Amino acid sequence: MMKRDDCLRVLARHVTDLDIVLPVYSAAFAWIDIRPHPLNYLSHGAMGLASSHALGLALGRPDKRVIVLDGDGSLLMNLGSLVTIAAEAPPNLYHFVCQNGTYEANGGHPIPGRDRVDFAGFARSAGYRTVREFSNLTIFEQQIGALLSETGPVFADLKIVSGGPQERDYTRLHGPRVRQAFREALAAS
Amino acid sequence: MQQEAGIRKPEVLRGSSIIAQIKASRIEFVVSVPDITTSGGVLRPLAEGTTPRLIRICKEDEGVGICAGLAYTGRRSLLLIQQTGLLDSINAVRGVAMEYGLPICMMVGLLEKEPGVPPMQSKRYGVRIVEPILDAMGIAYHEIEGDVEVAKIGPAIDDAYTKSRPVVLLIGRRPLG
Repeated sequence: MMKRDDCLRVLARHVTDLDIVLPVYSAAFAWIDIRPHPLNYLSHGAMGLASSHALGLALGRPDKRVIVLDGDGSLLMNLGSLVTIAAEAPPNLYHFVCQNGTYEANGGHPIPGRDRVDFAGFARSAGYRTVREFSNLTIFEQQIGALLSETGPVFADLKIVSGGPQERDYTRLHGPRVRQAFREALAAS
Repeated sequence: MQQEAGIRKPEVLRGSSIIAQIKASRIEFVVSVPDITTSGGVLRPLAEGTTPRLIRICKEDEGVGICAGLAYTGRRSLLLIQQTGLLDSINAVRGVAMEYGLPICMMVGLLEKEPGVPPMQSKRYGVRIVEPILDAMGIAYHEIEGDVEVAKIGPAIDDAYTKSRPVVLLIGRRPLG
């Protein structure tokens, strides 16, 4: 198992100023401190929809890498998006799920089937082009650069342990200034 | 918002007219879960063409997210669903379209609405509640029941993108293929 913030710091070293990143909930609060950037897309409006927003962005801007940092509870709410994404097969979409087995942002309750659910299996059978699982930070560090060079859609299941307490000011994710900053950065990029 | 009263005379609604309006509105993507009202007259002909690009989705709220992502990139899209899917997607519409003020354009077939009967006078509970819910949410909508009303589609989509707000186009009868 990897610590979420360690994992995100490794990933951040491979994300460029041209990439769009969509982190959700706990990963989002960690990510915006690790890598603040106007091309962080933080406002998803409803739990589970990040991967769908990402598909729209990937189709609309095929010149950019679009990287989703999904949650396991969030992805369970939108499993159909795996099938839709695989069917559309955007070559620029990279879908990570931070699997900690809990609804961390909603009190730490377990997700259903936490000991059995196989997100990589879901993605593989949905038809993602490349699917990986990581539970060791050293291996993740060795392979993440190459993974982000693969043709998408790529899926990676990050087996992590829940992070520590976070200060969750949701205006940092949903506030109008965040969306305006993204809009302007995307138009200029 | 639109209120209409009384039963209407039989009239024609052509799918080709609807599709012409969609194309004239610079819609590049149609995002859809099949809707039986628009299945033959709109979705099937769109599926046989190449523009706009058809994205088949598994559940309607996915489409709200996809259309939002596309909107940020400056690409126009239309979510083609039936009212059951709209009802299922209310939280996504609330959060993405209304609270963020994004131009999510929805064409919604009214499953089991009686032709010529205004939605709020339908005997079907699932039809009757649609417009009051949209009113409660503050979402603009237009009833499309005959070819004469198809002309509303283009201006409604333009208005949604100009003002960055959602719009719902309610298809009240099965368009001819």
